Amino acid sequence: MSDLTALSVVELQQALSAGETTSVEVTRAHLDRIAAEDGALGAYLHVDGEAALRRAGEIDAAGTAGTGLAGIPVALKDVFVTEGVPTTSGSRILEGWRPPYDATVARRLKDAGTVLLGKTNMDEFAMGSSTENSAYGPTRNPWDHDRIPGGSSGGSSAAVAGRLAPFALGTDTGGSIRQPAAVTGLVGHKPTYGSVSRYGLIAFSSSLDQAGPMARTVLDAALLHEAIGGHDPRDSTSIDAPVPTVVEAARRGAGGDLAGLRVGVVRELGGDGAREGYDAGVLERVAEAVALLEGAGAEVREVSCPSFGLALPAYYLIAPSEASSNLARFEGMRFGIRVGDDGTRDIDEVMALTREQGFGPEVKRRIILGTYALSAGYYDAYYGQAQKVRTLIDRDFTAAFDDDVDVLVSPTSPTVAWPIGARVDDPLAMYAADLCTLPASLAGVPAISVPCGLSEGLPVGLQVMAPALADDRCYRVAAAVEAALGAPLTDRLAERAA
Amino acid sequence: MSSEPTPDTAAHPALDRQDIAHLARLARLAVTDEELDRFAGQLGAVLDAVAQVQRADVADVVPTTHAVPLTNVLRADVATPSLPRDAVLAGAPAAEDDRFRVPRILGEEA
Amino acid sequence: MSEPLVEFDDVLTRYEPVIGLETHVELGTESKMFCGCATTFGAEPNTQTCPVCLGLPGSLPVANAAAVESTIRIGLALGCRIASWSRFARKNYFYPDIPKGFQTSQYDEPLCTAGHLDVEVDGETYRVEIERVHLEEDTGKNLHVGGATGRIHGADHSLVDFNRAGIPLVEIVTRPVPGAGAKAPEVARAYVTELREIIQTLGASDVRMEQGSLRCDVNTSLAPTGSLEWGTRTETKNVNSLRSVERAVRYEMRRQAAVLDAGGRVLQETRHLHEDTGSTSPGRSKEEATDYRYFPEPDLVPLAPDAEWVEKLAAGLPELPAARRTRLQQEWGLSATEMTWLVNAGALGLVERTVAAGASPADARKWWLGELARRSNDAGVELTELAVTPAQVAELTALVAEGTVNDKLARQALDGVLAGEGDPRAVVQARGLAVMGESDELGAAVDAAIAGAPDVVAKVRGGKVQALGALVGAVMRTTRGQADAATVKRMLEERVLGG
Ligand SMILES: [Mg+2]
Ligand SMILES: [Zn+2]
Repeated sequence: MSDLTALSVVELQQALSAGETTSVEVTRAHLDRIAAEDGALGAYLHVDGEAALRRAGEIDAAGTAGTGLAGIPVALKDVFVTEGVPTTSGSRILEGWRPPYDATVARRLKDAGTVLLGKTNMDEFAMGSSTENSAYGPTRNPWDHDRIPGGSSGGSSAAVAGRLAPFALGTDTGGSIRQPAAVTGLVGHKPTYGSVSRYGLIAFSSSLDQAGPMARTVLDAALLHEAIGGHDPRDSTSIDAPVPTVVEAARRGAGGDLAGLRVGVVRELGGDGAREGYDAGVLERVAEAVALLEGAGAEVREVSCPSFGLALPAYYLIAPSEASSNLARFEGMRFGIRVGDDGTRDIDEVMALTREQGFGPEVKRRIILGTYALSAGYYDAYYGQAQKVRTLIDRDFTAAFDDDVDVLVSPTSPTVAWPIGARVDDPLAMYAADLCTLPASLAGVPAISVPCGLSEGLPVGLQVMAPALADDRCYRVAAAVEAALGAPLTDRLAERAA
Repeated sequence: MSSEPTPDTAAHPALDRQDIAHLARLARLAVTDEELDRFAGQLGAVLDAVAQVQRADVADVVPTTHAVPLTNVLRADVATPSLPRDAVLAGAPAAEDDRFRVPRILGEEA
Repeated sequence: MSEPLVEFDDVLTRYEPVIGLETHVELGTESKMFCGCATTFGAEPNTQTCPVCLGLPGSLPVANAAAVESTIRIGLALGCRIASWSRFARKNYFYPDIPKGFQTSQYDEPLCTAGHLDVEVDGETYRVEIERVHLEEDTGKNLHVGGATGRIHGADHSLVDFNRAGIPLVEIVTRPVPGAGAKAPEVARAYVTELREIIQTLGASDVRMEQGSLRCDVNTSLAPTGSLEWGTRTETKNVNSLRSVERAVRYEMRRQAAVLDAGGRVLQETRHLHEDTGSTSPGRSKEEATDYRYFPEPDLVPLAPDAEWVEKLAAGLPELPAARRTRLQQEWGLSATEMTWLVNAGALGLVERTVAAGASPADARKWWLGELARRSNDAGVELTELAVTPAQVAELTALVAEGTVNDKLARQALDGVLAGEGDPRAVVQARGLAVMGESDELGAAVDAAIAGAPDVVAKVRGGKVQALGALVGAVMRTTRGQADAATVKRMLEERVLGG
């Protein structure tokens, strides 16, 4: 067989079910590539090759490889707890912790017969847009090792773009699947809030966090989405509805026909008068992608969502507030590291020292900001007000989807991947990376990022947003863009390397 | 949810070193002097940015705290197996007598 | 602990107390509030825990339907308004027994509000307004190690058991209760007593204060008589017996009066009751006021009980204690005072069940307030803890009524029951306690008594009929009380006088 790491998941399924290869071979090919490349990339935090090969062997022996996702290797962002497998959420504070249980999505992938390659790097507790906030060092972008792979799911994006995994799970709180997908040339989808279980996903911001797929093709992403989606009684915010027919939508969209589909280009996200901070090349690629949609029969119009401009301030109040509470359990008493317990210090001092040394600067900044936004006397002005702005943003979506359009589009990231280190000391510059992805997060609606070409030799993503539970529309439109562009963008990365 | 008076929305108070120190204590973070200075600067800029939410006209707007339109999600009162105690204590930084061992507690329960 | 105190009666000459109570009740559900862990009391440490109640990263809560329903039922029993929209909130603070760094509780949107509970003290009714009833979760348990006392102060380190963490807890908060004057301590106690009985009647909890399934925080303040403003209150935490509720209020009234008399200011603080001395002492004050940063719990969706649900729960409420007392008082023809005695003796339910088992209300009361009260007192246990059931007591009354035993024999039969020898009838049989009929055996005993006391016989025959009593006594002695005295007397009369 040719290079197994170059195949899509769909191609792997075919090769496995045709008996042309085995799960062990596929797994070994990826492990070999990890061994060769990950030293430079830093995509993985934990790889257990032996366990992966053992698992692959079991699937081969059972004869199920190729049915569904059985026998296909997968990587999980280290934010998902995995029974007996180290889970850190990118933080020093969880160093060495082996959870006694599985996240629902991890369990579902296990039950589907996938082979866990390893856990991928991430910004600590998913706070960041560059994966530079990992306690275990940065991950590099396979397109340019001096640049960031996006974040916070940057380990997953680098692993999949660099063919160190066929596909991977990420999480998206304010853009952490879509933005890394965009800057590494991948498809990344943030499902409707509540449609994929959060049980076992280490919480950053509970009302925003959502797990989703990252893959090199739209159909591969849809396959992963379908495997993890659906109601989970362990998550009270889980919607009891069937998984949207995303695989079917991806197949249908690949046919390239979007006749009658109404597409809205969001003026406030890179449109007229709102271009400051956007790379010209990004806007060009996005405009071309919109033209492709029109060519496929879609009706395109510009839509104004006036409150989207407040998404960033609202998000940077809501997410830190919830995080300040979600991260309170990391105090070194029941799991993880403990610092300074030498018999002389009382519990408050030990907790404070543990958190001081266990958390990185961005996590501390957000905890302090969130503590402030929730504190007596400031709640209404900050957290309360932000939740009202959230309602305004939701209304903008509702108005657009009820009256004008079936989907909204925008750039995923205002810029291409930036050089490592360029924004580390400027939180606001870092936060600006999420400008386009935040509105969908705050409203809980689904949004996908699909590659739409290169600018300065680096990937650009188009974001497609749809009403809640209409995730299939995202896949359909993304598949049409992908089909119009010919081949997965990452193929060009592979050509370049060859 | 607080019913305390809201600060003047035109000019939010800047966070100085002392405020940061107070918040850090509340959040059980032992920040260093150097961090206090750095955070005071950085958080000042962030606060300027996020305070923009106060410019929104939100009269009669209901806050969105739950992103899903669900109510009354309940489970039946049925006991299910707990974790084995070994697994419970395996991840603990310190354990003694089948319990989690923690340092001396000074303050009373809140 | 040697704080100055004012004599209790003296306090009332200058000050008016205001009390308030916050009661936490652990619900008797099968599983915890937000996870499926069992709630068995006294289980081995950390054997009833899981990722959710240990607050492990990634875990999420799902609310227990039975706990929500119990809370609504308690609210209904207290005449509360049941919210049509209610939410859980996070109360953020750090403590080793709260695993998540916050307690999942309710804040400004509780399930039940604005109820009341009427309690009676010395024939007078006091209305205690209920501010709110809300649902939250219990904490784990800290065990303090090192130091002499096992107490938090001086301990070297602590050990935490999370079995209790996450057990559903209902918090019932009263509004301040003014106007009870000298009766304030008793009103506080009567309130908790009545609340406890209501919750027991609902079957919502076993409300065992000694096991901590009902715990009380008692607020007390004093204001100068006639003052329009209330004084600063103290909060005495985790009071765990009915007697202590009363003592906490009494002590705080005496202590605060002394502080005020001396021109001092009462500090708003939490205090701890010392069960041994009945005194309170201040908790360790914090340098900074706690800021709990409450916000709606994003991991749980709102509770929105609709009218239909609430009506169904209301329709299923059992007869509540006050209504039951009124009914029984009427049915049994008791005076208010008699009823109060019965209730205070903790015998109401026992008498009710004894009557249900066939005894007359008068007999049932006589037994439980008399002989059985004496026995429980001697043994230092509650009436309910005696090893005799209401049905067995009813059987005793039946044995007396049918003449099988007299009162004295019945008490001997009770001895047997308490000793575990079985039901009264069986004990009577086994011990041969039945009253002797006019048998040959009894005839022989009577004859023997006549033969053994010729002088008495002569007196009787000489007209001193009351001297017969000595002969009756002799027969009763030889038959060890088993003979019926009236029968013996009749037989003696026949043989001494009639013969
Ligand atoms: Mg409480
Ligand atoms: Zn549990």
